[in-house]
Amino acid sequence: MSKPRYTIAVTGLNAIDSPGPGMAVIRGLRDAESFDVRIIGLSYENLEPGIYMHDLVDKTYQVPYPSEGQEVLLNRLEYIHRQEQLDFLYPNFDAELFNFIKLEGVLAQKGIRMVLPTVDQFEARHKINLYKYGKEHGILVPRAEMVFSPADIARVIGSFEFPVVVKGKYYDTGIAYNLQQAQQHFHKISAKWGLPILIQAFVHGTEVNVCAIGDGKGTTLGAVPMRKLYITDKGKAWAGITLDDENLLEITQRVIGATHWRGPLELEFMKTTEDAYYLLEINPRFPAWCYLTVGAGQNQIESLVNLAMGKEVQPFDSYEVGKLFIRYSEDMIVNISEFEQISTTGEL
Amino acid sequence: MQKKAYERPVIQRVQTGITSKVGAQYGNRPVTDIDGVPVKQLIERYGSPVFVLSERKIRQNLEAANRAFKTRYPKVQFAWSYKTNYLNAVCRAFHQAGSWAEVVSRFEYEKALKNGVPGPKILFNGPDKTDEDLRLAIQHDSPIHIDHLDELYRLHAIADEVDHKPRVAIRINMDTGVYPMWDRFGFNYENGQAWDALNKIMTMGKLELIGLHTHIGTYMMSASAYHIAATKMADLALGLRNRYGKVVTYIDMGGGFASHNTLKGSYLKGADAVPSMDDYAEAIASALLSAGFNQDELPWLYLETGRALIDDAGFLLGTVISNKRLSDGRKATIMDFGVNILFTSFWYDHKISPAQDSSSYAEDSVLYGPLCMNIDVVREHVTLPPLHAGDQVVVHYVGAYNITQSMQFITLRPAVVMIDHKGTPHLIKQVESLETLERGEVTPDYLNEIGL
Amino acid sequence: MAMRIKKNIALSESGFIFHPSTGDSYSVNPIGLEILNLMKAGQSSEEIKAHMLEHYRVDGDSFEKDFYDFQVMLRTYKLVEDHE
Repeated sequence: MSKPRYTIAVTGLNAIDSPGPGMAVIRGLRDAESFDVRIIGLSYENLEPGIYMHDLVDKTYQVPYPSEGQEVLLNRLEYIHRQEQLDFLYPNFDAELFNFIKLEGVLAQKGIRMVLPTVDQFEARHKINLYKYGKEHGILVPRAEMVFSPADIARVIGSFEFPVVVKGKYYDTGIAYNLQQAQQHFHKISAKWGLPILIQAFVHGTEVNVCAIGDGKGTTLGAVPMRKLYITDKGKAWAGITLDDENLLEITQRVIGATHWRGPLELEFMKTTEDAYYLLEINPRFPAWCYLTVGAGQNQIESLVNLAMGKEVQPFDSYEVGKLFIRYSEDMIVNISEFEQISTTGEL
Repeated sequence: MQKKAYERPVIQRVQTGITSKVGAQYGNRPVTDIDGVPVKQLIERYGSPVFVLSERKIRQNLEAANRAFKTRYPKVQFAWSYKTNYLNAVCRAFHQAGSWAEVVSRFEYEKALKNGVPGPKILFNGPDKTDEDLRLAIQHDSPIHIDHLDELYRLHAIADEVDHKPRVAIRINMDTGVYPMWDRFGFNYENGQAWDALNKIMTMGKLELIGLHTHIGTYMMSASAYHIAATKMADLALGLRNRYGKVVTYIDMGGGFASHNTLKGSYLKGADAVPSMDDYAEAIASALLSAGFNQDELPWLYLETGRALIDDAGFLLGTVISNKRLSDGRKATIMDFGVNILFTSFWYDHKISPAQDSSSYAEDSVLYGPLCMNIDVVREHVTLPPLHAGDQVVVHYVGAYNITQSMQFITLRPAVVMIDHKGTPHLIKQVESLETLERGEVTPDYLNEIGL
Repeated sequence: MAMRIKKNIALSESGFIFHPSTGDSYSVNPIGLEILNLMKAGQSSEEIKAHMLEHYRVDGDSFEKDFYDFQVMLRTYKLVEDHE
């Protein structure tokens, strides 16, 4: 039986030391057994390594930054669609997801499918809403308070034990061992990312993560837990190993079951010495290490494409425990003519 | 031989990592007319800069808002927020389309009367109403929205002097999950202040309580906050029904709906990130409908939406004065409009379009206003096609607050034009002159001769 | 008097300029590219101005002002010889 051939666009080609998930997603797509692919890279910047990796990416188009707005993005995607007839699109950046979620209906009409969470799911799992989210769904989340001024910190800090975690709305985290430090972090982080700031209980333990996919009806189509073995100075996993952990799988199924999560997600947990699992974050996309799920026997990346194509997708019921990923970097040699082409025409 | 169109030669360093070109190609479509009237013609006739309002857009916006709410809730009344834009032509366009008036000061109140709005259809808000203001409002039977206890006591005193009961509502503030909370106006819901005030009104019996008012914030990016607010308002209304058998006529949910502007520091374009009118309507209507009102006692829903109804109906047309090169190599463009007439540029990154055909080649620059003041920055960073002195631009989404908050600082305020639904422009406010500026000034006699 | 583009600098048809001794790249719009090509061909500023006025709808003062600014940027980016 001949396999279908899909043209799939993928963002997040920035396979750098704090990598985007795009190249991992592309490798998953290339490993898919149920279909063949032509890969269209979508890049924001002209030095994203994936642009130049022609054995993995067939053609790359630059797309406007999320801050340019949906209309501009849609125009560009329509142009790319005319050239390439896209069947599916995998957005991979947090910052771009909102726009793609909003455009889902329009793109679907044009035949470009995606599997994404809804706006409500996307908003509800946001850092500043997570504590409430956990309470509603019976999942442990470190207690957090929103603060708007250094005086607010003084007011709420009594109900926490030191150290506390001081978190920005989007990025940046600091650990404070006293009120003064917390206020210092407040100033530094709020100057960069605005208000509110979160004061969060510090949870001691080991960080464990799950890469999973949901079908939007409450079923977990796949889930693979992983522990980081080596972390770079930017806090990114450079190596990790799949774990046998029934509790993690059960919590993951509970999250996906309760929220009817649609699409990929990464759950970040802190496992305490008492074996309690605190949910720290929900990332509404594949993590950069998602190729490990393929290596462990769950090509979650392939499953979502089939789900979008209306195929019957069976949930994975197992994966190989003890599979490692070890990231590596290499220097590509690139001619300036290629750099010139992507920089001046926006295509390569 | 036909000569070719000219454009300034531009060279820019290719930013490694960053490419704005592709995005800019689509983002800088020229806007050469407003409702079919060429920008060039408007500037020729009314000068530059000039504010232009589209009456068509105003009416479309109000219609769309009415549709969003009335398809979800049976009793809806909009009241035009005067402070957002109180040019008489604008107010009257709203009134003609069915909007009442919502005012927050004496002169706004008088303006509404002069515009022909019947007293009972003028909602009087705000923390600063003098006894005289209150008497005037009572005389015209306008709903008075009480902001604080002092005002409540003064109203009780005035009620003894007049022959009919003043009609009042109280303003409520509350926690809607959006911070910082707007708790400086009105009575707090959570700590019992609101009930305290309501009990005082009901037991004194000197005032006729007809409604409840709230206004939870401005530029609200979350529709769910309105759901929470409407639920709490409904709870108060039902509490009044249970405790006193009092059925209030209306719940006024105020305004605060966001427009399509992009707030500074916001990563996403405003138009993409803000809730739609339908989202706000759904949040409020669903809360009121499920609150448990008897069908025949369902309160009217009043709305004081300002910004969301007029921001995108307003345009500022202006002209390039000069191009400059800053010491660090950045391009700077000086426009003939500054922050004194475009007050909102302090918190928005206004969308700016060239008003003539231009190439797709865009360059980064700073946009300055014409004031001899360092704060006069219209856009700190904008990507536009090369503009030449004399070229014209259109600034979008400026209909709300700019005209009411503008001032004659260094430059005078420009003319305001409204284009009617047939596409005919009307001058609705003249450009100012030195006379306008000096009206009301008095020079003591001994300064008549300066002897220079 | 002619401002000279450094010899080792290559102009591509797309308006992309690579400066081999600094590693920086630049892009110019089509008019900028035309001017650079005239400079490269050894034309003086006066000749370039005459050429542009002949072919484009622009007056002498406006072009001179823009050309001056363009030359400032070429100098800033060190794309021209220091000594003329």
